[in-house]
Amino acid sequence: MKMEKAILASITMQENKVHGSAAVFNCDTKEEMEAVAANLEAILDGIAHRLSDQLYIIVKH
Amino acid sequence: MNEYTYPIITGIVIGTILRMYMMRTDYRQYPTYLHGKIIHLSLGFIAASLGTIAIPSIMEKEFTAVTFLTLAASQFREVRNMERNTLTEVDAYELVPRGNTYIEGIAVAFESRNYLVIFTSFVVTLCYLSLNIWVGLGAAVVCFLIAKFLMSGSKLGDIVTIEKRDLSFDGAGLYVDNIYIMNIGLPERQEEILKYGMGFILTPKSFSVRSTIANLGQRQAILHDVSVELGVFRDSGTPALVPLIKRDLNDGRIGVFILPQENDPVRAEQVISNVPVLENAIQKPREKE
Repeated sequence: MKMEKAILASITMQENKVHGSAAVFNCDTKEEMEAVAANLEAILDGIAHRLSDQLYIIVKH
Repeated sequence: MNEYTYPIITGIVIGTILRMYMMRTDYRQYPTYLHGKIIHLSLGFIAASLGTIAIPSIMEKEFTAVTFLTLAASQFREVRNMERNTLTEVDAYELVPRGNTYIEGIAVAFESRNYLVIFTSFVVTLCYLSLNIWVGLGAAVVCFLIAKFLMSGSKLGDIVTIEKRDLSFDGAGLYVDNIYIMNIGLPERQEEILKYGMGFILTPKSFSVRSTIANLGQRQAILHDVSVELGVFRDSGTPALVPLIKRDLNDGRIGVFILPQENDPVRAEQVISNVPVLENAIQKPREKE
């Protein structure tokens, strides 16, 4: 199956701001967020996009 | 041996040589392998034979033999399909794909070259039989020159000016000059991009070429050619490291973001200016009847 333009996961420090079907990873620090995002980017074959300093999303293009 | 033997041999040999001459393996890496070449040489030989044999048939008043040429047309359309299918299949495994427009251009070129061979063999045999061998060889030279002219399309450098510009990040947004390319979230990716990436701005020289360089197939062809010649800093599973071209909607300039393995801006500029302008991307908005 080929998926295009889908949010695969969200990585955030503001739990209450993200909802929906994609997996949400809550982090405590910026460094933790970056590490999780880098790992997920490699695992999911997606791109880590930064929407704000507290929110990353992994998108499959 | 009869009166047609030598003219037929001449026509076939010259047609096949023309096909060899038109088959150059260069940075486009196609056709690379021996087998690919053999296929095209054989088809060139068949094309040359068909073009040559039409003349003695007409002279012997065997006019129905000319219907052979229609057979040739369908045969060579098949060549185009074959090339298209092969290249499309292979394209999925390229780090930076050629794109369908480029593939279509290559496939069309393969088909049309066979017609050039038929035409050349036809003319050469006609001249040989109706006049003499020297006129036939003269006609061959003219046909080679015509083929050379028809083979060289225009290059991107003819229709745009190319300038190198720095890459910059505004937050997570990657920019070439003032053209937004994409959102890169991770700081380590941003560092890699600033280290290995290069940015170019292509400004159209006239209004008509705006839509040509805006064509997505033409843009993909630029990225593919640059990646072939200079290498590409990416691997499967790193979709963030992807060369991209985006357009400035205000004035039609395009921003080229590339990730070459070899950091040589001068060469990159040359490569971009040598990218062929794809037939299917050309539009002439200012031309009317």
